Amino acid sequence: MQNGTVICNGKEIVSADNEQGFSEFAKRVYKNQQWEYPKFFKMDRLSKLTFLTAEILLKELTISSEVKEQLAVVLSNKSASLDTDRKYQDSINSIENFYPSPAVFVYTLPNIGMGEVCIRHKIQGENAFFVFDDFNPLFLKHYAESLAQNNKATQVLCGWTEIDEKGYNSFLYLASPNGTLPHTEETIKKLYTQS
Amino acid sequence: MDALKQELKENIIEQLNLEEFTVEDIDNDDALFGDGLGLDSIDALELIVMLDKDYGIKLTDPEKSKEIFQSINVLAAYITEHRTK
Repeated sequence: MQNGTVICNGKEIVSADNEQGFSEFAKRVYKNQQWEYPKFFKMDRLSKLTFLTAEILLKELTISSEVKEQLAVVLSNKSASLDTDRKYQDSINSIENFYPSPAVFVYTLPNIGMGEVCIRHKIQGENAFFVFDDFNPLFLKHYAESLAQNNKATQVLCGWTEIDEKGYNSFLYLASPNGTLPHTEETIKKLYTQS
Repeated sequence: MDALKQELKENIIEQLNLEEFTVEDIDNDDALFGDGLGLDSIDALELIVMLDKDYGIKLTDPEKSKEIFQSINVLAAYITEHRTK
């Protein structure tokens, strides 16, 4: 999901004017998919990005509720929750106008969006969020495979969800023993680049 | 009092991001929490901040907030009596 476009398994799901800001675009995707989950509107921008991307991918997949419950989630990005951290900082900058918002504060961690996905889908498997300078396919590969080798998970939702003042992009994939593509650094990188 | 109730509904919708609601959807006697608007504990904290910021009312007793956040009618009556701005 980036630059006003959502693509899932090579298929364009939503396309909008690239000049449209993220919040408007996120709302458009939500409406387009006809979901009914009012909590979406309370999320910060990073959580919305993570939630929308996961929602679209998970809808495409056939996973039983038992398997989904054990699903592991491993996400990453560059800016952590800086987008919301700044917003929160703005609310506490001035002593005369010191009104910290609890609803903003709860999103000042990058893994909260992952939690929103887990709540929505009743996912209770291992989860972790990592911060890197750039998309790191080799790390995702090693971490997902390590979870599988240590019997922590059989399927792992992996990816990158990044948003800052300059823009946004997200990419999620499911690492699974039933997958049709090899789980290699090259394949992950190629899928990320194509998306 | 009617203007205050209207203002409260507008502020609650805006500040709590209740995108699916309009002012007309909220009756003055509707429960704000539970089955009514379905607000949660973070929303309650946000309302406490709103009371402080917009009306100069500081709430420190959680039991008191449970009492005054019952409905728009109860909240408006409390604000009218205690507001400092």
